[in-house]
Amino acid sequence: MDINTIRTSITVLAMIAFLGIVAWAWSSGRRADFDAASRLPLDEDDPSHDAPRENKQ
Amino acid sequence: MNDTQYNYKVVRQFAVMTVIWGIVGMLVGVIIAAQLAWPALNFDIPFLTYGRLRPLHTNAVIFAFGGSALFATSYYAVQRTCHTRLFGGPLAAFTFWGWQLIIVLAAVTLPLGYTTGKEYAELEWPVDILIAVVWVAYAIVFFGTLATRKVKHIYVANWFFGAFILTVALLHIVNSIESPAGFLKSYSAYAGVQDAMVQWWYGHNAVGFFLTAGFLGMMYYFVPKQAGRPVYSYRLSIVHFWALIFTYMWAGPHHLHYTALPDWAQSLGMVFSLILLAPSWGGMINGIMTLSGAWHKLRTDPILKFLIVSLSFYGMSTFEGPMMSIKTVNALSHYTDWTVGHVHSGALGWVAMISIGSLYYLIPRLFGRAEMYSVKAITLHFWTTTIGIVLYIASMWIAGVMQGLMWRAVNEDGTLTYTFVESVKATYPYYVIRLTGGVLVLSGMFVMLWNVVKTIGAGKAVEATIPPVSAGSGFDAPAHAH
Repeated sequence: MDINTIRTSITVLAMIAFLGIVAWAWSSGRRADFDAASRLPLDEDDPSHDAPRENKQ
Repeated sequence: MNDTQYNYKVVRQFAVMTVIWGIVGMLVGVIIAAQLAWPALNFDIPFLTYGRLRPLHTNAVIFAFGGSALFATSYYAVQRTCHTRLFGGPLAAFTFWGWQLIIVLAAVTLPLGYTTGKEYAELEWPVDILIAVVWVAYAIVFFGTLATRKVKHIYVANWFFGAFILTVALLHIVNSIESPAGFLKSYSAYAGVQDAMVQWWYGHNAVGFFLTAGFLGMMYYFVPKQAGRPVYSYRLSIVHFWALIFTYMWAGPHHLHYTALPDWAQSLGMVFSLILLAPSWGGMINGIMTLSGAWHKLRTDPILKFLIVSLSFYGMSTFEGPMMSIKTVNALSHYTDWTVGHVHSGALGWVAMISIGSLYYLIPRLFGRAEMYSVKAITLHFWTTTIGIVLYIASMWIAGVMQGLMWRAVNEDGTLTYTFVESVKATYPYYVIRLTGGVLVLSGMFVMLWNVVKTIGAGKAVEATIPPVSAGSGFDAPAHAH
């Protein structure tokens, strides 16, 4: 196979993979998981004071 | 080794050394800025000349200051978001002492004139090998911690830190392939334009992964922590990550516009640099909007000021960068002080300010204090740094555009309007203004050192117990200090 066919295919596949990631990230089924994930650093207290929390949903 | 506690010792060591190396690196920067205004300041001593001190400055601020900040924050964030002690036992301590040894070796060899001549990769082959060994140890500690995590999800900050560690290993090893010709002398494995392309593939991705991805990891952990709010959009953070990963690798050729590099490669570099604006601004908006609904905190919290202003500088420099990568703009800006202004807008405005903000969050917690010894001193540090950076980059913008215009000016008969030395002479006042800005930034670092020493003196080193994890990721168990 021509090397340039492989190169082109990789570029196109990378683009499709990226668009797939975007679609996955924006799929509505992921929302609850992402909300929980975004709280990961906040849901544990530091030994010293923590900045006040006011966004507990 | 106590598996019920986080490893705070290595975080403390790196955090304190970040402040020390910040002062050293910025002091050397101030010295060479003064030399550009008054060249006699090298006193005709070889190891004080600009050519030897400049790589010392860049290595000290990027790898010693920035590197120590990245080690400290990544080790802290990865443990706390994975609910597990750093992996590998004494390996973490090895990365600390190994990294400090590398810095000392750089501080000795560079002024003595040992250099490969590759920008940001000047260190000679024995040091290169040591860097590779320490970096592999860093990767084992970091990814080992991820692998032994007690939480299901890998938090987005760790994705950025992980990409930074992995990519820097790849960049360093490929660009440093060289054949030794004596103990402190080597020749690159690449020749001609290939060597230039490998070098700037390394150079720009050092910016993209060392100075960007790593510090974005910092942003995604410390901005939500200090603001007390989750990141604005988690899905945006995922797209931000992958967009950055897919595009950054190809932007390097913009450093080689109008050189022997094939034209198509130059255009490719330009196009990918332009595309980079999207993920960069997506990330910046995600960081800044984390404060949405809590903007009032900016008025009173100087740590948040550092973090949010750093993101503003990130937005500015990632707009400026793509613009400067456009070939026609580059024809004016390249080889002028505009480039120097752009780099410092990113390095001081973004990298240094987000590191300093994160350290002000981190240091009291590592020494069992509620906050820094003096919050007023943080505010003072914030303003000296901000004013210093604005003076620095504004003077270099003006100087750079002026130089570019003077160099390209031609008379009716086609001869050059100005000699080169006339542009140097015209730059003189801007070099003095830049020096003033640098002195302001450096003096802020001394205020920080005083504040850190006082905080450590008033507190004592603490170890934190790893809190238990409730099922899944929605846990809510408090840790306590001993």
